[in-house]
Parts: sequence; structure tokens; C-alpha cells
Amino acid sequence: MATATNDAQLSPPTRRYSASKRLLPYLLSLPALLVCIGILIPFFTAVFYSLQRFRLSQPWNRSMNWGENYLNFLSDPDFWNTLQISLTYAFLTVGLELLLGLAIALLLQKPTRLNNFVSIMLLMPLMTAPALAALMWKLMTNPNFGILSYFATVIGFDDMRWGASPDTALFTVILVDIWVYTPFMMILLLAGLRSLPKQPFEAAALDGVPKIQQFWRITLPMLTPYILTASLFRLLDSIQQFDIIYALTQGGPGDKLMVFQVEAYLNFFQSTNVGRSAALLMILWALTFFLSNIFIKNWLRLRERARGEV
Amino acid sequence: MDHAPIWERWLRGVALILVVLFFMFPIFWILVMSVQTNETILRSPPSMAFEPTLQNYQALITGKLETQAGSLDIAFMQNLWNSVLLSVCSVALALVLGVPAAYAFARHKFRGSEDIAFTLLSFRFAPPLLVLLPLTLYFQDIGLADTYVGLIWVYQLICLPLILWIVRGYFEDISPDIEHAYRIAGHSWLSTFRRIALPLAGPGIAAAGLLAFIFAWNNFIFALVLASADKQPVTVGALAFVTASGIQYGQIAAAVVLSIAPTLALALYAQRYLVEGLSLGAVKG
Repeated sequence: MATATNDAQLSPPTRRYSASKRLLPYLLSLPALLVCIGILIPFFTAVFYSLQRFRLSQPWNRSMNWGENYLNFLSDPDFWNTLQISLTYAFLTVGLELLLGLAIALLLQKPTRLNNFVSIMLLMPLMTAPALAALMWKLMTNPNFGILSYFATVIGFDDMRWGASPDTALFTVILVDIWVYTPFMMILLLAGLRSLPKQPFEAAALDGVPKIQQFWRITLPMLTPYILTASLFRLLDSIQQFDIIYALTQGGPGDKLMVFQVEAYLNFFQSTNVGRSAALLMILWALTFFLSNIFIKNWLRLRERARGEV
Repeated sequence: MDHAPIWERWLRGVALILVVLFFMFPIFWILVMSVQTNETILRSPPSMAFEPTLQNYQALITGKLETQAGSLDIAFMQNLWNSVLLSVCSVALALVLGVPAAYAFARHKFRGSEDIAFTLLSFRFAPPLLVLLPLTLYFQDIGLADTYVGLIWVYQLICLPLILWIVRGYFEDISPDIEHAYRIAGHSWLSTFRRIALPLAGPGIAAAGLLAFIFAWNNFIFALVLASADKQPVTVGALAFVTASGIQYGQIAAAVVLSIAPTLALALYAQRYLVEGLSLGAVKG
């Protein structure tokens, strides 16, 4: 943009100089690109694997079967279970984290010393490795000595088995996810809240608009781009969640928590079914791509509208 | 100007306490568990009356676990060292590769630059296993299986997009005029980059590097798939330790504390950078 024209005025018109100038950006980004290309190759291999009958235990049986892995999913209850549990997990975690994160951000909105201190403290769960967070919660929910199991008995849930019971396993992993990732929502929304212009609120207060109305009519609409970005990031991460679920229950009990990546991991390493594993991951990738596109389109539209009105 | 009614202030206070309790309690409780013996941990009901002891940490640091069944070797310190090595090297490599590239993307709108930038970003959204599973087979072929070099390369998947995206945003926010003035004064491109652009983007580079370090440290799945026991970082090592040590809960808690302490300390020390990096990474990304 402005850079380009400035460069043009600046550069002396010698040929050697302009040639090296044109090459410079490529030279600067080349090393980073090369490293990534090394990672792109396995990506295409995975696409290829997903179109093959390929079991590590039966290398002689390896052959192209084109869409068969995908077609098999249609009549495969395990696949539908995986899809359902992944979507449930993703939308429940993101929805709850959004509500909770927004509530906490509103609570901490005023930049007092106490509020800033609390918001810094809340960084700690976010900076804890999710796998280790799951381990911490596993210790706290241990049936023999876990403090949370003890609390559960105190309030009357005598037989609360947390991650070990099919009834409460989903609840337990979602609780850990909320513990780790709500601060992420909170930080982004707090940054958004504190950057909102003051005038609309002052005008509304002058007109005697009640606070609840101010929230629905002014705060929420103005905050929507932030809400969408934060939710998009969380959604894409959450639908791919592996660490927390694997560390806590390894997808169990039974197939209760077999989300995409856990199922693909076990398919690859336990049943050595590379073809199915790759096909599962391709579907997960398509799903994230699809979801992110919806979000980005909405986000762009909202941004345009916000710009048009202001 | 804001005179909230008394019940609202009370409500806010209670809500704040609940929030702090929920988010801080697990960390506090793990700390408490880590300085107890197994006997006091296993008491029911749990109580805070105990003699704090450092024997769990001692066992982890010396690598010898004394149990009734005899002494057991634990390699937890090796895991901790692996984490340090992998995270530091990955971030260093990502900075060396990523900062010049970020500068190129920010300053020169060359052909295909947006496409390349988006391709790099899209790595962040691809399921990691999609790349990791074929990679396990490739790494065996080219001899990178279970090596630090192979792991550090794969860790670029996390570190590089982060650094590229955040640092690019910082370079874009710096007006190019200063650089032009310096160039007109007769300085080379390289010294302009080193003396002007780099220092001005310093906070951004720090924020990106910090965030990349924490993400690398906290990563679990890469090493779970690609590393064997002696190359595993703490995230994977701690989980393996649980299976190996069985019921040594005090030591498990101490291992968790040692594993999360570095990132938490870093986060608290540099929280301003961190919040900035997180917001930038998300908003500009």
C-alpha cells in the first residue's frame, strides 16, 4: 500500500538493487516456508491414506479402496457416536465458557486494582497444560481420597464416580475444559469490554436507560465481534479436544467419550487401522473448515455493519 | 458516579469469591497434596492438619522412589529437562525462522503473500493428528523417529504460526517512515532491520515468544505420538508416571506442581505481554 509507493520513491533505479529488492521478501520467508512444506507432505499423505485399505498389521493387504472408508461411516454406529459426542462436547464447552467468561468479564470490567489482580490470577488455569489439568482433576476426583468426591458425599451424592461412570464422564471432562479455557474467553471479552467507546453508555445513562437494557442494546451488539472471534477459536480447539479427554478417561468409559481425535488415535495405535483413522481425521478437518467459514463470514458481515453505522 | 445499591455490591463480592475459589482451588489443593505423605492424603475426611514434608520433591529430584515393595527408579527429572530443551529450542528456531518472514509479510505485499500467510495460519486449525500419524511412518524412514531434532521440527507447527501472526501484526503497526528515514541516511537494509524494526517490534516479539514457549511446554499430543520414554516432556511423562508409580499420590502431585510451575511463573511474571499476545493472536489471527 503506502509502503510500496514509498519504496518506489526511495529506491535508486539501478537494476541490481531492484532485483534483490524483489527477491528479498521471498528470501526472508523461504526458511519458514521450507519448514512448513516438510509438514505439508504428511498432510497430503494422510489424504492418500484415507483412500486406502491400510492396516499396519496387514501390510500385504494394502490397496486403494477410494471412498470406501468414508462410505463405511454411513452404516457405522461408532462413527455416528463419535460425531455426536464431538459436537456435543464442542458446543457445550464453548457455550458454557462463553456465558461464564462473559459474566466474569462483566464482573471485572472496572479496572480497579482488585479486579486486575483477579484477572491475572485467572491466567493460571489457562497456562496449565490441559493434560496436567486433567491429571489434577483426576487426583481431586479419586474415589478414595479426592477432595471433590468428599464434597460430593457431603452434599448427598454418595456414589459420585466422576470420570469413571458413564453418567458423569461427560460432565467431568467438560468441567475440566471449563476450568482451563474459560479464562481465555474472559481475557478476550474483557479486552473487548474495556475498549468499547464510552459515549453511548453516557448518553444512555443520561436518558435513564436501565442497566439491563444498556447491556442488551449497547454492550452486547458492540461486543459481538469479540464474542464471535473468541468462540471461533475455542470451537475449533474444542472440537479437536484430545489432551483432556485422553488424559482423564482415554475416551471411556466404553465409547462414551470417543471424540474424533481420541478415536483416530486409538484406531491408529491399537487397531492399527490407518485408513479409517485418516478418514476420521479428514472428516474432522472438513468439519473445522466448515465451521470456521461460517464464523468468518458472519464476523466479516458484522464488522462491515459496525463500520457502516458508526 | 456509579452508586450501585448495596445488594448489588454484595452480589458482586460473592460472585467474585466464587470465581476465585473455582479457578484457584485445584492449584492450591495440588500444592497441599504435594507436601503430604500418602498416609495423610488418604485420610477421610480430608483435613488441613498435617506436617508439611518435602519428601515427595526429594524423591522426584533424586530419582529414587522408596516404597514398601522396594526402591523404584523414576525418570521425572529427565522429563523436566526434555520439556526445557524442546520448548527453548523450538521457540528459538521459530523466532529465527518466523520473525524475518513476519517482517516480509508485513512490509512487502509480494505476490502470493496473503495465500502463504493463510496457509501457515491454517496449520493452526488442522487436527494435529492428521499430520502426526503419517509423520510417525515418515520419521521412521528418514531416521528422525524419536529424536529431539524431529520433535523440534514438529513443534514448529505450534510455534511458527503463532510467532508469524503476532509479530506480523506488530510490524504492521509500526510506521515504515522511520525505517525509510534511516535508509535514506545511507544505512543498509540489514542494519535498518536490526537497528530500527527489531527493537520497535521488541514487545511483540517477546509476547509471541512467551506465548509460543507456553504452548510448546503445554503440548501433549506431539510427544505422545512421536517420542519414546526418554525423550518425553513432562506432560506425557507425568501421565506415564501415574501408571508406573500407582498409588504414590504425593509424588504425582509434586510432579504436577513441578510441571506447571515454570509456565505459571512465566505467565505471572510477564502477564502484560501474555494478555497482549493472546488478544493479538486471536483478534488478528
